[in-house]
Amino acid sequence: MCTVCGCGAGEVKIEGGAHEHTHVHEDGTVHTHTHDHGHDHDHAHTHDDAPLGVHSHTHHHSDGSEHSHAHVHEGEHVHEHGHEHGHEHHHHHEHAVGGDLDYGTGPARAHVPGMSQARMVQIEQDILSKNNAYAAANRQWFDERGIFALNLVSSPGSGKTTLLCKTIELLKGSVAINVVEGDQQTANDAERIRATGVPALQINTGKGCHLDGHMVGHAMQRLQPKDESLFLIENVGNLVCPAAFDLGEHHKVAILSVTEGEDKPLKYPDMFAAADVMLLNKCDLLPYLEFDADLAEANARRVNPNLTIFRVSATSGDGMSAWLDWIQSGLEALRGKRSESVDALKRRVAELERQLAVK
Amino acid sequence: MHEMSLAEGVLQLVEDTARRENAQRVKLVVLEIGRLSSVQPDALRFCFDAVTRGGIARDAALEIVDVPGAGWCMQCAVTVPMQELYGACPTCGSHQVQPTGGTEMRVKEIEIE
Repeated sequence: MCTVCGCGAGEVKIEGGAHEHTHVHEDGTVHTHTHDHGHDHDHAHTHDDAPLGVHSHTHHHSDGSEHSHAHVHEGEHVHEHGHEHGHEHHHHHEHAVGGDLDYGTGPARAHVPGMSQARMVQIEQDILSKNNAYAAANRQWFDERGIFALNLVSSPGSGKTTLLCKTIELLKGSVAINVVEGDQQTANDAERIRATGVPALQINTGKGCHLDGHMVGHAMQRLQPKDESLFLIENVGNLVCPAAFDLGEHHKVAILSVTEGEDKPLKYPDMFAAADVMLLNKCDLLPYLEFDADLAEANARRVNPNLTIFRVSATSGDGMSAWLDWIQSGLEALRGKRSESVDALKRRVAELERQLAVK
Repeated sequence: MHEMSLAEGVLQLVEDTARRENAQRVKLVVLEIGRLSSVQPDALRFCFDAVTRGGIARDAALEIVDVPGAGWCMQCAVTVPMQELYGACPTCGSHQVQPTGGTEMRVKEIEIE
């Protein structure tokens, strides 16, 4: 099951993944079947902070009376539990018209600690913390290998895939490139990318409206990108949800085409605020449109004053060189950072070897 | 936006905690949702009800603590209340306002037994 999205098991399909198999039998018949991967995790948690160490118990005596008491565990104690992933959720929405949708009528905080078995447990975690943890792991993986990762976001039809194909054509001679394509259905985009000669993996999100860190983690393992390469993620065409879901990329790149409205950055500000770069695409069409490119840029800078903007045309190739230079400098910065950390590690190894030799 | 995804995220944090604490039932879930977080509390309540059915948090009450929006206006150099993300400073009208409060989407605590 998708870790953060409401979509159920089997909805997310990673192209060529183990979740769907097609078998060809000797007699030539073909059958396809899907299966779930259920797996168990055992987690051991150790905690010794006071609020979690306080337990209250109620004892029932044989004469029917009961008493409650609270006690504090000194030191640490360990809980072990196993739980299964890979279960399916079926959701049914059955709300009667005019029915009561107020769930605030429960016994909210009505209990007195120590007087009943109920107790409050502090969680204090961001709702997106699971996704953010996956994204952080992806980012560390990219950083360690010097792989420059970009998350391309836009509305459907802004020309993302065409722009990607053009970018790949111009860059593939100088750097290894891998592409992840996110769409609700079909592997059409991955096929278009593969036609340029670079590896591409399609993720179908099914009911989902965005890619998440968990899906991209699987895609990275499948694609096995080379060290110091370029990793391009084309997100689902959607200007709302992908803004909130970090994939572990180094930059979000928002694409706005001149056949859309100049006010799109104001209508969908989350996405333009989350992006570091905006590509104003299809600029070759400007002479035929009543689109004010300066106004579009001003609107985008209103929600994000630090936005870097390039005017490009994937079809004519105009303006592409500035965008490609930006990618190259990102790649070089990351390689520099990596070789610094590799050098630091080598020095550390040499120092440890020297110390061992002395002993 | 995508309240169903967020409700699933809430449920995972709640279920993980309830299991860790050997709880039989979750009675109450308290969330902190900021005014600037672009979450619709009504939509989130609807989705929470849908995703908690049949699990340990079924019939749990949902309390949503509203966190007011605040931002630092770079022109006025003061913290100002904000009604909407990317909104203007109520004093000077500038859009150079950095949100400082009201963007949270957190599971604060749960009541279990």
